[in-house]
Amino acid sequence: MGSILSGAEAASLVRSLPGVDAVGLEARAAGLGTRSVKKASKAAAIDMAIGMIDLTTLEGADTPGKVRALCAKAVRPDGDAPPVAAVCVYPSMAAVAAEALKGSGVNVASVATGFPAGQVPLEVRLADTESAVRSGADEIDMVINRGAFLSGDLERVFGEIKAVKAACGDARLKVILETGELVTYDNVRRASFLAMYAGADFIKTSTGKVGVNATLPVTLLMMQAVRDFRRETGVQVGVKPAGGIRNTKDAIKYLVCVNEVLGENWLSPHWFRFGASSLLNDLLMQRQKLKTGNYSGPNYVTVD
Amino acid sequence: MFEYAPAPESVRPEIREHYGLFIDGKFADAEDGATFKSVNPSNEEVLFTVAEAGEADVETAVAAARRAHETVWGPMSGTERGKYLFRIARLLQERAREFAVAESIDNGKPIKETRDFDVPTAAQHFFYHAGWADKLEYAGLGADPRPLGVIGQVIPWNFPLLMLAWKIAPALACGNTVVLKPAETTPLTALMFAELCAEADLPPGVVNILPGAGATGAALVDSPVDKVAFTGSTAVGRAIAKAVAGSKKKLTLELGGKAANIVYDDAPIDQAVEGIVNGIFFNQGHVCCAGSRLLVQESIAEDVLERLKDRVATLRVGDPLDKNTDVGAVNSAEQLERIKSLTEAGSDEGAESWQPACELPERGFWFRPTVFTGVQQSMRIAREEIFGPVLSVLTFRTPDEAIAKANNTPYGLSAGVWTEQGSKILWTAERLRAGVVWANTFNQFDAASPFGGLKESGYGREGGRQGLEAYLDV
Amino acid sequence: MSDRLRVKKTYKLYVGGKFPRSESGRSYAVTTPDGTELANAALASRKDARDAVGAARKAQGPWAGQTAYLRGQILYRAAEMLEGRAGQFAEELEAATGEPSRDAVERAVDRLVHYAGWTDKFASVLGGANPVAGPFFNHTKPEPLGVVAVVAPQDDPLLGLIDALAPVIATGNAAVVIASESKPLPALSFAEVLATSDLPGGVVNLLSGKVAEIAPWLASHGDVNGLDLGGVEDAALAAELEASAAETLKVVRRPGRAGASLDLVRQWTEYKTVWHPAGMASAAGGGY
Repeated sequence: MGSILSGAEAASLVRSLPGVDAVGLEARAAGLGTRSVKKASKAAAIDMAIGMIDLTTLEGADTPGKVRALCAKAVRPDGDAPPVAAVCVYPSMAAVAAEALKGSGVNVASVATGFPAGQVPLEVRLADTESAVRSGADEIDMVINRGAFLSGDLERVFGEIKAVKAACGDARLKVILETGELVTYDNVRRASFLAMYAGADFIKTSTGKVGVNATLPVTLLMMQAVRDFRRETGVQVGVKPAGGIRNTKDAIKYLVCVNEVLGENWLSPHWFRFGASSLLNDLLMQRQKLKTGNYSGPNYVTVD
Repeated sequence: MFEYAPAPESVRPEIREHYGLFIDGKFADAEDGATFKSVNPSNEEVLFTVAEAGEADVETAVAAARRAHETVWGPMSGTERGKYLFRIARLLQERAREFAVAESIDNGKPIKETRDFDVPTAAQHFFYHAGWADKLEYAGLGADPRPLGVIGQVIPWNFPLLMLAWKIAPALACGNTVVLKPAETTPLTALMFAELCAEADLPPGVVNILPGAGATGAALVDSPVDKVAFTGSTAVGRAIAKAVAGSKKKLTLELGGKAANIVYDDAPIDQAVEGIVNGIFFNQGHVCCAGSRLLVQESIAEDVLERLKDRVATLRVGDPLDKNTDVGAVNSAEQLERIKSLTEAGSDEGAESWQPACELPERGFWFRPTVFTGVQQSMRIAREEIFGPVLSVLTFRTPDEAIAKANNTPYGLSAGVWTEQGSKILWTAERLRAGVVWANTFNQFDAASPFGGLKESGYGREGGRQGLEAYLDV
Repeated sequence: MSDRLRVKKTYKLYVGGKFPRSESGRSYAVTTPDGTELANAALASRKDARDAVGAARKAQGPWAGQTAYLRGQILYRAAEMLEGRAGQFAEELEAATGEPSRDAVERAVDRLVHYAGWTDKFASVLGGANPVAGPFFNHTKPEPLGVVAVVAPQDDPLLGLIDALAPVIATGNAAVVIASESKPLPALSFAEVLATSDLPGGVVNLLSGKVAEIAPWLASHGDVNGLDLGGVEDAALAAELEASAAETLKVVRRPGRAGASLDLVRQWTEYKTVWHPAGMASAAGGGY
């Protein structure tokens, strides 16, 4: 949806949000992290998590061959394991991915807007976005202008997101807050609302390219933000933690958070994603362990 | 839908069929042969039988403690005493899971809490106080603090092992010996602790454990101890204070409460909701310092209540040994009756009751988390301690009104305040008549932090440097 | 001796900053140890005790809310006023006890000065920050109990009174004091010192009369938080009063030796511990 607010209105609303108590937030996240998910529910959670992965390769060394290999794995990760949600690539690889994934039901997600720093002129970022969409991207993962945000120019951040949203056309827009660079929880909450007011379809934690990426407390905070946003506006927005989620145990903690904070409405790939690469193989090995009773090894799943 | 399969804790401690009294380093039956049964409150099955101490046993135990104090523990250097306590702390840590499971089985509280809170905090109390044993002259209580002698201690059923640790660790660190009576419905971990004392080679008579009910406690209070330390109801505390009146016995009391949890309109709202939930549903609300009265600013009351109900609906009530259980069983049939009768009074007096739609097990003692709205200060559910998972919600308009309502109770144990404004926290904390104030948090405990009440919540502190006062003659 | 008729002093109660007679209209004769009549003192009733508790309650909050520095200055002011009237007090004490008393007055002045210096120190001496094992700032501070009823010592009518009273008010409590039953006059004169020392009315309330008559009403009063039985000489009465105070869980000091001044300061305070999260608001990981 497009925004119904002006930049000034959005900035003012965002500045008046109540604060976040860091200790309380982290304690709640830690509490949710103690849930013990076993047996049948674990098997179901693993398959759910696989289906929510944006299988990602964002390297300077990416080639069409590498992307095709990843797409093949995305569609058929391992035996009867479900396909992942999307393959996430640079705009230059979007066409390759679109070709490889055609008819598979797996979406093409492309980062855009001068990923990961976003430090290029707005027209370049918009052109980047349009090019990715033209190349067949179903989803656009944009980065926000952290410099503008941290300097207090919330209206500018809002305007840029709105412009990118317009450039997306039918593609769904994931707005990367780069929470590791926003540093405080209060900033994360403000940025979450700002992005949602500007028309984000998803809010996403991180690029995976900075020191601190997705954490459970940050993601929990963003979940609380989308929950509150829906209560306030009726509009549902998705959440995507990205970077640093490498194993099944962690992934299940995130699912527990979705389950207990957002509930059933968000428990689908349409509303929740994991931005990850190595997570998939750990999920697949755990899946094999549940089936056979034996621990699996890295040679029993494919490298890509 | 994402359902969690049962996740039962697999460790099972060895629970004997019968336990004796622990006197002078040995287990023995009561002189009159009396016994009682301990029941698992989550399924009403009998767990074991245990000897019930009578007057004669109290006399024997106090004499043993006196002997141990005069011949061994009193003369021992602080350094050596401390080493025994460190050793106990370590043994508790080593056997933490067994204790956690035993506590959950005997008490009904969730394994999540015994594992992550009760047992580790109990071990911390021994570790903390161990370090005081050879530093008492630096505690700021006088240059030559002396032990009091023999301490009679009576503890409640809500945190059986932790309350034991709160009582025994400082008493022993200060050079006293103890005779402790655990609550009649939860003697198990105290008896396991007795075994642990023997394992630690603690000299006989330093710790004596006498299971029993009210009569045993009364006999202990009346016995020739030098000091009585009690945690429990205000009614019993009052009776004990009367019983020791005119004697030389010292007394500290940690009694009931009806804590206000004040949420201002500028609170960090999601954390406040967590704090409200933790404040009243932690340990089934069997907490003397529970935040049983939510005082929420009228302007945000509706929003807070909606969030609160959503959150309470996610609480998992059931098998205490399931690792995902948030709310376990009520400790006894008697306590369940009390909770029921007070909540009925709440409805009769016009408050509106809300409970999440959770299923309860068929056997055992269970009560759904309950939120009463439309509560007025004059209602029984706003004045009397329910000691169960029942929250009374009241509103206020101004900070002054919040303080007036919060303090309008004979109790004064704890209180909570939620706001993002630092000066408002300090202003509020200053005015709250309570021994412990939690700002933007609730139900936090630590061996280094003194805990205790004002007014009818008792006197004396447990924990921290200030807690040593209760066990020293300065 | 001149022919002039001496103007005799009327000794009244001191309640809420005023000097009323007993509402009962009763008084009793006060004599020297050898039986010479000195004056009549008001014989306080239970209603006077009740009024005194009401006045104390009203005064206590604002008194505790004053800065510790100001409380210290007011206590020091009282010492100054007592010193200035040392001669009068020496005479009154000598009349009451039959012993030379200049020294006792001077010690009483010094005791007030001592407690004047405690007001802004006991909180830091008794309290402090606690190193809890978590991301919290945790701080403990002693606070006044509220209203403390004091049965002042019987044989030491000024110094004993000040020893009992000064720690009560230095810490921000308000006091209701039953003066020495047979030697109340120095205490009642001391009320005049307090009344002229900028001490807010009601912080100290002084009653003269019979301990056995008044003390039970204070021991059982629901709005009294502490009870000092230091001046109760009848052990059975002390036990009864303690048991009565137990009904509302008052803090009680039993008859017997008084400890060091810090112990008395501690006696009429209780600790409040405040917790506050101290985690860095960090989304950049590992806030603490």
